[in-house]
Amino acid sequence: MQRRSKIIDANRIAVRFSGDSGDGMQLTGSLFSLTTAAFGNDISTFPDFPADIRAPQGTISGVSGFQVHFGKGVCTPADLTDVLVAMNPAALKSNVSFMSPGGTIIMDVDNFDKKNLVKAGYETDDPIIEDKLQGFNIVKAPITSLSQECTKDLKLDRKSILRSKNMFALGLINWMFNRPIDYTRKYIRHKFSHKPEVMEANLRILETGFNYGNIIQAGTPSFHITTTEPQKGLYRNLSGNKAVAWGFLLAAEKSGLQLFLGSYPITPATEILQELAGRKDLGVKVFQAEDEIAAIASAIGASYAGALGITNTSGPGLSLKSEALGLAVMAEVPLVVVNVQRGGPSTGLPTKTEQSDLMQALYGRNGESPLVVMAASTPVNCFDYAFYASKIALEHMIPVILLTDSFLANGSQQWKVPEEGDFPNIEIPVSRQKPGEFSPYLRNSEKLNRDWVCPGMEGFEHRIGSLEKDAETGAVSHDGPNHEIMVHLREEKLKRVANFIPPLTVEGKTEAEVLVVGWGSTYGHLHTAIEELTNEGHQIAFAQFNYINPLPKNTGEILSKYKTIIVCELNLGQFAAWLRNHFPQHRYIQYNKVQGLPFTIKELKEFFRKNLEELK
Amino acid sequence: MNNPHTIIQKEEYKSSQNVRWCPGCGDHAILNSVQKAMAELNLKREEVVVVSGIGCSSRFTYYMNTFGFHTIHGRGSAIASGVKIANPNLKVWQITGDGDALAIGGNHFIHTIRRNIDLNIILFNNQIYGLTKGQFSPTSKRGFISKTSPFGTIEHPFRPGELAIGARGNFFARTIDRKLNLCTEVFKEAAMHSGTSIVEVLQNCVIYNDKTHEELTDKEEKHDRTIILKHGEPMIFGKNSDKGLVLDGMQLKVVKIGENGITKDHLLVHDAECQDSFLHLKLTNMEYPEFPVALGVIRKVKAPVYDQEVIHQIERVQSSSNIKTFRDLAVEGDVWEVE
Ligand SMILES: Cc1ncc(C[n+]2csc(CCOP(=O)(O)OP(=O)(O)O)c2C)c(N)n1
Ligand code: SF4
Ligand SMILES: [Mg+2]
Repeated sequence: MQRRSKIIDANRIAVRFSGDSGDGMQLTGSLFSLTTAAFGNDISTFPDFPADIRAPQGTISGVSGFQVHFGKGVCTPADLTDVLVAMNPAALKSNVSFMSPGGTIIMDVDNFDKKNLVKAGYETDDPIIEDKLQGFNIVKAPITSLSQECTKDLKLDRKSILRSKNMFALGLINWMFNRPIDYTRKYIRHKFSHKPEVMEANLRILETGFNYGNIIQAGTPSFHITTTEPQKGLYRNLSGNKAVAWGFLLAAEKSGLQLFLGSYPITPATEILQELAGRKDLGVKVFQAEDEIAAIASAIGASYAGALGITNTSGPGLSLKSEALGLAVMAEVPLVVVNVQRGGPSTGLPTKTEQSDLMQALYGRNGESPLVVMAASTPVNCFDYAFYASKIALEHMIPVILLTDSFLANGSQQWKVPEEGDFPNIEIPVSRQKPGEFSPYLRNSEKLNRDWVCPGMEGFEHRIGSLEKDAETGAVSHDGPNHEIMVHLREEKLKRVANFIPPLTVEGKTEAEVLVVGWGSTYGHLHTAIEELTNEGHQIAFAQFNYINPLPKNTGEILSKYKTIIVCELNLGQFAAWLRNHFPQHRYIQYNKVQGLPFTIKELKEFFRKNLEELK
Repeated sequence: MNNPHTIIQKEEYKSSQNVRWCPGCGDHAILNSVQKAMAELNLKREEVVVVSGIGCSSRFTYYMNTFGFHTIHGRGSAIASGVKIANPNLKVWQITGDGDALAIGGNHFIHTIRRNIDLNIILFNNQIYGLTKGQFSPTSKRGFISKTSPFGTIEHPFRPGELAIGARGNFFARTIDRKLNLCTEVFKEAAMHSGTSIVEVLQNCVIYNDKTHEELTDKEEKHDRTIILKHGEPMIFGKNSDKGLVLDGMQLKVVKIGENGITKDHLLVHDAECQDSFLHLKLTNMEYPEFPVALGVIRKVKAPVYDQEVIHQIERVQSSSNIKTFRDLAVEGDVWEVE
């Protein structure tokens, strides 16, 4: 006799697929996120790969996970997991502390044998009791044996079948959330079109997983998740790194320039290089240089020659680029540097997230060397900021550092494909000077940029370089007073960028006395924490910065409306120091975290509540 | 204004900046020869880009009435690479010193050569750091005494030609500042070669390393101490053109024509275009007094050129791709529509 399964209504749910690195969890997670996003959910996903390339099978260090948070108003991949798929004991062990109370754990019982339990570090035969999981809804599914059972008449070896058992998990999760499996079927048919046996095995296992939910309804809750009513249009999933790469593609198209990337591989920035290396179809020139110095140097050379020159890296690579960044400031050529931050100093935590390169971006050069610093705040707005970083660099003839981080780079969200008119054109500052009378340092009176004149233009031959130049003639000058004029000019040119960027906006209870401030990738967590607190009746406001140098023009005005400003960031207070430097009159409280992890909404809410309490 | 038929005078490549090298510095002569070579090649000034790093030699850029980018120490070839890849129509010349190219810029130097990007790299080898006032460089002879090696250096110098060929270089030539005509000829050949051309110019720094190349420039003796290699011609040298080079087993040997039955026909004939670099290496590494020092174009070999390959690859991919615009890419693959 079948009992009806428990139906759970929720606004948002986080599912985590977790298994050995060979279990295909990343693919499973991506396929589920595509299915559920297409069904009308907001999504935010985050992968969690092992740090080692080939960690030993079955061990904690070999666990690979993929979290999909979906529903309505989803802004982060979620602090905690509501439904966990654990393909082996190591996957269970490494995730139990991140489970929401009363959540569901689906385990492949076939893999919970003595050997695997020991490898995962369990001391007894019963992980449920050992980890005190009695309060959770445990689904013991024989995933491996059912996968083998339904494919036993196929002429496939054991290994190929085991490789497909992730489809069981996917089928079961689709059933639990009432999501159709057509999309996955289509994917399997396409992917294995040349291997009919493997295709058949995957399709059958997917189906078996889906039906398994039906059969054992009693033990498996089924969910009804609120969908959103998104704007009309075309949508797809996009990760932060891919979004950055794509933003540059659009900028190149909108400026009519060739895109040139000079780069050297480094985690977690490499996907940008890989994505653009594949875009020969759009005419992108990608130069994999011998090091980060050559990478930025080649990009500067390309800009000088008339391309949109960009380079991408992570912290240690930004250190190597410092001197050349100074050259770009001095020579006043357009350039965008994307720094995908990771834990530092030195090699640090290559795969973990941090916001600790802010000071390096702002100050990490010799001399008075002002440049634009901006930061993306969601995986998909990496697209927008890569576009606007290019626009600023080209229109103001100034280098721009765009900060993202490991959390944004690897996370993904649904993204609406922009329509014609969603993004402005980019107007290159071509010279209106006459051939033969060209002066390289004549400036636009509004932006103070010099003209962009490239080799090949007859009558415009000129020399620029790293030495200080005379403010009038552009000739090399060692004159002290002239240098002072030039230092101020470069600073003023930077400041005027503020006339072309959007103002800072405030969310939450704008009339409150406490303002929470963040920058870059912490947006989703801060936004959600503030939204929840204001829903609970708290008086608190929130502003997130995307433009850091220069700051939005209304920054001072906004800060002065609040008695207390809480600055939250994943470092020891670099942005707080920047604000204190500019607006010393305010009272700042800091919330900092440096664990290689994003904030949790829970810890933020606790900290804010405590402060609201104390301020009463 | 330039058109293909007008002949551009050497003077037109001179910028209005006063040349500020020390009087008697070899750099003056090299500047002249480069301008002469450009005039003889009738290069359009607007298509020429001179890129340099930092050093006395790197000031060159400011003296050329072409496009010029004086950059940072050692990074010239990386910047020049970006210029050339972005716009392969430009004629990109890199001016560099022994410190700029072989110390701080050593990594960029070898990788540029390995890629075979179409740059003309003129390496001013004065075996000293001139601009910083006289410290030994990676080409200073072992034992060389300088401000930073008061007791003599204890390290081996690089031989730029050996390094260039070791980095799989396809064009290497050597000349000397005092031989204006040879400089001009060699610069022209370098400019016409597609791929990375390295021209080592033995240059005199009158202030910090005067006469370092003197034994090769001595009026009386220079013909016995150098050999000018010409593609397709026998390797003859000497005041009386009576000496030559032969291969004895795996080694080069100096012989005298007329002695031991040696005739001109026994001498090696220079083949700069030979793919195999064995002899080229032997020739570049010849040092006085055992051997004459080789001048002229030592190696000049055809090979795929990076900046051209970039274009070919793009054209190949574009001809078979449906993605022509950003939107084509954005709507391809896993896309869903909300109506
Ligand atoms: C990053 C950096 N380090 C050091 C210097 C100082 N410096 C300038 S030129 C130079 C050496 C120049 O020697 P070389 O390249 O042989 O050129 P030359 O002056 O002899 O023509 C040095 C060490 C610098 N400008 N930049
Ligand atoms: S210091 Fe030497 S290399 Fe520099 S300009 Fe004077 S002579 Fe020439
Ligand atoms: Mg030198």
